[in-house]
Amino acid sequence: MGFSMLGPAFLQMFKKPWTNKFPAKYAPKNTTKYLADVGAGKAKLNPPVATPEKFRGKIVYDKEKCIGCKLCIRVCPCGAIEFKEKEKKIKIYLARCCFCSQCNDVCPVDCLSMSDEFLLADTDKYSKDLIVE
Amino acid sequence: MTDEKTTTKATYQIPIGPIHPALKEPVMFEFEISGEQIVDVDVQLGHIHRAIEWTGMRRNAIQIIYLAERICGICSFVHPMSFCRAVESACDIDVPERAHYLRVVHAELERICSHLLWAGVAAHEIGFDTVLFLTWEMREKALDLTEYLTGNRVTKAILTIGGVRRDVTADQLPKIKETLQYFKNNFEKLRHIFLDDKTFKMRSQGVGILTKEDALKLCTVGPTARASGIKKDTRVDQPYAAYGDLDMTYMTPDLLTGEVNGDVYDRIIARLLEVKQSIELIETALDQAPAGELVSEPKIPKLLAHIKKTAGEGVGRDEAPRGEVFHYVKFDGEHENPYTWKVRASTYNNILAWIPMLKGEQIADIPIVAASTDPCMSCTNRVIVIEKNNNKNYMLTKEQLHKLSVQKTRRLMR
Repeated sequence: MGFSMLGPAFLQMFKKPWTNKFPAKYAPKNTTKYLADVGAGKAKLNPPVATPEKFRGKIVYDKEKCIGCKLCIRVCPCGAIEFKEKEKKIKIYLARCCFCSQCNDVCPVDCLSMSDEFLLADTDKYSKDLIVE
Repeated sequence: MTDEKTTTKATYQIPIGPIHPALKEPVMFEFEISGEQIVDVDVQLGHIHRAIEWTGMRRNAIQIIYLAERICGICSFVHPMSFCRAVESACDIDVPERAHYLRVVHAELERICSHLLWAGVAAHEIGFDTVLFLTWEMREKALDLTEYLTGNRVTKAILTIGGVRRDVTADQLPKIKETLQYFKNNFEKLRHIFLDDKTFKMRSQGVGILTKEDALKLCTVGPTARASGIKKDTRVDQPYAAYGDLDMTYMTPDLLTGEVNGDVYDRIIARLLEVKQSIELIETALDQAPAGELVSEPKIPKLLAHIKKTAGEGVGRDEAPRGEVFHYVKFDGEHENPYTWKVRASTYNNILAWIPMLKGEQIADIPIVAASTDPCMSCTNRVIVIEKNNNKNYMLTKEQLHKLSVQKTRRLMR
């Protein structure tokens, strides 16, 4: 066999693409309009690949449970967590977060956990979606 | 008058890099070319120094694990593992038995990912992009498994000082087995394409030869050294984690072909054999892993206090997919942050091997030969010399600098 890739390459023509076409099968001409249509229920999103269990996504913070011990600030490798002196609570800037979930491990009262939300792209790093408090 | 013309065959120089479409990462080559042949080559490094060690010296040990992960995106398990082992040896922390086995599982999974990535890049470098997509389709499976086991695809964040952070539970085993079976089924296909295909043979056999003597002299490590016939593997020579309990040997190309040439083809063989070895190692490690604790000290504040009190130094040597990685850590016993942290990545050893490999080759062979050592520039650039030497022939010595300084003072005094 001289050219062993000929077979697989030919067969590929009859196979479905491996890639999951997210969010739409074909790139929309106007993304904002497409997203507005999705919001209005006119168009449908092509769902993303499901995240596995224990996925490390956006941090969820249970403010009531927090005792303000500052341990998460001590171990955070990115310096993404700020302490609010008055309230004795924390504020997490997700734009700096590296999703290592070390703060989840160290928390003595388990007030931090990780969700499976991963669509966190934003043009403003201080936007409401990227700050957990 | 005769028509005789005297022609002098002058060599000319081609600089490639630091930023060049053919290079994935910044590195500077200066080639001396005669016609199509490379007469001489010089490599210059230092374009991607990120001061990681300096940053690390201002953080505590737990924070450094995640910084060490970011030394290299592909070796994002081995770097923190070396660092953790250095800290463990400095602070006398024992790692539980199960954690040792799980470390092997993650390290070998990373090796599969890295070697498949490399195989795709090598195919891409010789212009065989269909194979790039085929191998990366397989790599995607390995990345999915990584995400399934650790929660992240690339920066795994699975290690901690004194163990691992997540267990491989019994209900995760079927998915691991399924993925490993997929690799086994497709391994033969991959081997057939890389080793029997005419295109690969034409471009890789007899190209970029690194003799055993040169490989020894230049202290090459990892698959680059093993492809030249040197039996050298940190996992076998100085077993760490659970490698001592597992049955393994040096993957030299003569296991498959019966001879060692030290060319690009042999480097492909060495890496493919290692993929197969890694699959077997993961299977045995999962079978043999005893039940038990994952971390020796689950309370992180207590661990950090222990590290703060310890004065001592430690070394971690691990076999990364590219070769041996070396981490040195020193604690002074007063501070949480290390007094010193030194990293030596494997590409640092392999980079000089480019010179004997490239000499005498053609210009068109540069990408595949350079890629055959699986270089990683961001790992390598550890030291930067801050000196003004834009022109190579114009290096200022201390005396010259002093002289210039004195001259300027005199000039200003006038």
